Amino acid sequence: MASLWFWIVAAMIATYVVLDGFDLGAGAIYLVAAKTNDERRRVLRAIGPVWDGNEVWLLAAGGTLYFAFPRLYASSFSGFYLPLTIVLWLLILRGIGIEFRTHVDSHVWQDFFDVIFSCSSILLAVFFGAALGNVVRGVPLGPTGYFFEPLWTDFKLGPQTGILDWYTVLTGVVALVTLTAHGSYYIALKTDEDLGRRARGFALLCWPLQFFLTFSTLVATYFIRPEIMDNYDKHKIGILIPIAVVASLGVMLWANPKGKEKLAFIASSLYITAMLLGAAFALYPVVLPARDHQYDLTIYNTAAGIHGLSVGLVWWTFAAVLVIAYFVFVYRMFRGKVQVGEGHY
Amino acid sequence: MDSALLVHRLHFAFTATFHYLFPQLTMGLALLIVVLQTIALRRNDPVYRESARFWGKIFGINFVLGVVTGIPMEFQFGTNWSHFSSYAGGVIGQTLAMEGMFAFFLESAFLGLFLYGEKRLSPKAHWLSAVAVFLGSWLSGYFIIATDAFMQHPVGYATAPDGSLQLASFWDFVLNPWAGWQYAHNMSGAAITGAFIMTAVGAFYLLSGKWTAHARIFVKTGVIAGCVFSVLQIFPTGDKQGKMVTDLQPATLAAMEGLFQSQTNAPIVIIGQPNEQQGQIDNSLQVPGVLSMLTYRRWNAHVRGLDSFPKQDWPDNIPLLYYSYHIMVGLGTFFIAIMVVATFLLWRGKLFNAKWMLWILMLAAPFPYIANTAGWMTAELGRQPWLVYGLMRTADGYSKLVSSGNGMFTLLGFMGIYMVLGILGLFLLKREIEHGPVAGHDASNLHLATEAR
Repeated sequence: MASLWFWIVAAMIATYVVLDGFDLGAGAIYLVAAKTNDERRRVLRAIGPVWDGNEVWLLAAGGTLYFAFPRLYASSFSGFYLPLTIVLWLLILRGIGIEFRTHVDSHVWQDFFDVIFSCSSILLAVFFGAALGNVVRGVPLGPTGYFFEPLWTDFKLGPQTGILDWYTVLTGVVALVTLTAHGSYYIALKTDEDLGRRARGFALLCWPLQFFLTFSTLVATYFIRPEIMDNYDKHKIGILIPIAVVASLGVMLWANPKGKEKLAFIASSLYITAMLLGAAFALYPVVLPARDHQYDLTIYNTAAGIHGLSVGLVWWTFAAVLVIAYFVFVYRMFRGKVQVGEGHY
Repeated sequence: MDSALLVHRLHFAFTATFHYLFPQLTMGLALLIVVLQTIALRRNDPVYRESARFWGKIFGINFVLGVVTGIPMEFQFGTNWSHFSSYAGGVIGQTLAMEGMFAFFLESAFLGLFLYGEKRLSPKAHWLSAVAVFLGSWLSGYFIIATDAFMQHPVGYATAPDGSLQLASFWDFVLNPWAGWQYAHNMSGAAITGAFIMTAVGAFYLLSGKWTAHARIFVKTGVIAGCVFSVLQIFPTGDKQGKMVTDLQPATLAAMEGLFQSQTNAPIVIIGQPNEQQGQIDNSLQVPGVLSMLTYRRWNAHVRGLDSFPKQDWPDNIPLLYYSYHIMVGLGTFFIAIMVVATFLLWRGKLFNAKWMLWILMLAAPFPYIANTAGWMTAELGRQPWLVYGLMRTADGYSKLVSSGNGMFTLLGFMGIYMVLGILGLFLLKREIEHGPVAGHDASNLHLATEAR
């Protein structure tokens, strides 16, 4: 039962990154790709009706994590106290940046919120990447099952790690590049003319970086945690994950210049999903590795009671069906390229 | 008190209090907007439609602020209250996860359609999207109240071998009797905020002589809703809530009421200051027997005072609890008074010309916020010193490894950001109120007009 919930939470986090990832990425290229006020409004209109719903996946994944693995939630959230608080501040600023920009018809006001929106999107992408890096690398958990990490120590991977060290900075950059590409494909898909062309150009620029970073992170991860290969050795089906990563990178490279934006965006979504599920596959059944492995948090020592988990499966399944219906409905309502002159943004 | 404990308590109290300024209005307005839209749909009345659209804009601004200040609430269970989460997460994780899965997705999916989809949707579909947003926000309220109800009156749990709490009965937990009345009381409070704000803006327009057709709808809708919910707030919801506190948290009742000595024919304190050192109410005005009557429905019933509980089980801030409770009750009584008078004037057809009453209705706008805040302070301070009543003390629940300095840093950071949010919100609301409800001054049309130039 705990294993099932491990995969449900992993899938929800992956869904969050795929969905909110494209509006974060759109924020990252926003200031450079969208130059005129009209272009900026089109970017905002492309993400406006959906960004809030996308962000709900973060809350829902967090809530589900809390429900299924309360001890993991308690330990990791208090241990990552400082970066999570900064993430909260960035989420607040970003939401305000998107929603309040169009309320006042003044260039100064709008430029101000444009910068807030774009910078907070970039920083969030880096923080999320660094967070994943921290989870893969392991944290200084003690026998109590709690820890507290400073923002950085000496940037090396000693026993007293900080949130930021060379490895997590690397994963932060990977996340930024990946989401920038992802957002570019989305904007290319949803807009046309100069804006669409520039977004496609951004994606082209990102590709070699993404390719290079993917492999250097995998190598780096292998060097700092060789045991990530254990599950791949044990369960041969795991080979599908690196195949999916390579294939999706290939499809992105092929589809983007041909103008097949939808295919490129789907490939990028597959890439993100495969990378995240690959990390989850490598970690399982550990959910938060300790620097000293005897203190690892696993699905077994963090899961909620069996009755709660079984009951949850009933309502979760029911809710998930509803959620999928909402999303299909909303994305259908706002399908196609965004037009000028409708709606709020 | 341990300084880290105090900082973590202030951290949650401050962020929760600021956050709840927004949902109380959006939950209240969601209901009233559905009412306006239903009338607009049935009568095909453009003034009602414009009114609904205007309140949709006010709703939208508040909703954004409610969302961005709400995300930190879920996070803080882990960041600042990790020992509590580890202890009780096996139970309350249910409602918190359900809130995300059932309520937030519903709200977020239909909010965009409700706010910006009017041109794309048929009037019926647009009405449905308003109903969906209303349902989502009221559902969200229930899950949070059910979570709080577990902390006030834990039911449906079992203790696991490692000492943590686990779910034993889903329905007992979700249908906690405490949650039912607390939910009714809380939602009625939110409806009061919505009604008072709608009335106040209408009164402002009437006094300024602007948009009078819309203003009459605002005042009429707001006063009728305000009257109904102000009465419901005291009876039955407030009364039942008080009965539950009497039965299940007797020490809390004694502290709220400032009853230091157990006695029969217990008096109610109208005014006076609690004096913990002397164990009495200073400068008080009391009416004998009323507290016995209210709690046990008998004038001579015996009510337990604080002296019948060990001191370590007393709420740890009795004066603040006492004042919060009395402010809540005092304001609630005042709301009934002004809304009953306003309803009477409305019925006699004199309200729209009664300047003095319009002034009162306009100036009453901030008070529901104070009453709702004071009500939540009563509930949460009254539960002290327990975090989960009778099971876990607040002093044992916070994140032990997050020092008071780190907690203070993020608390000050939140205060700074929230101050900016508050100023921005007020500024944008002022603009919307100045723009008024009439189509043609629609914000998005304005943008297009300037761009076309």
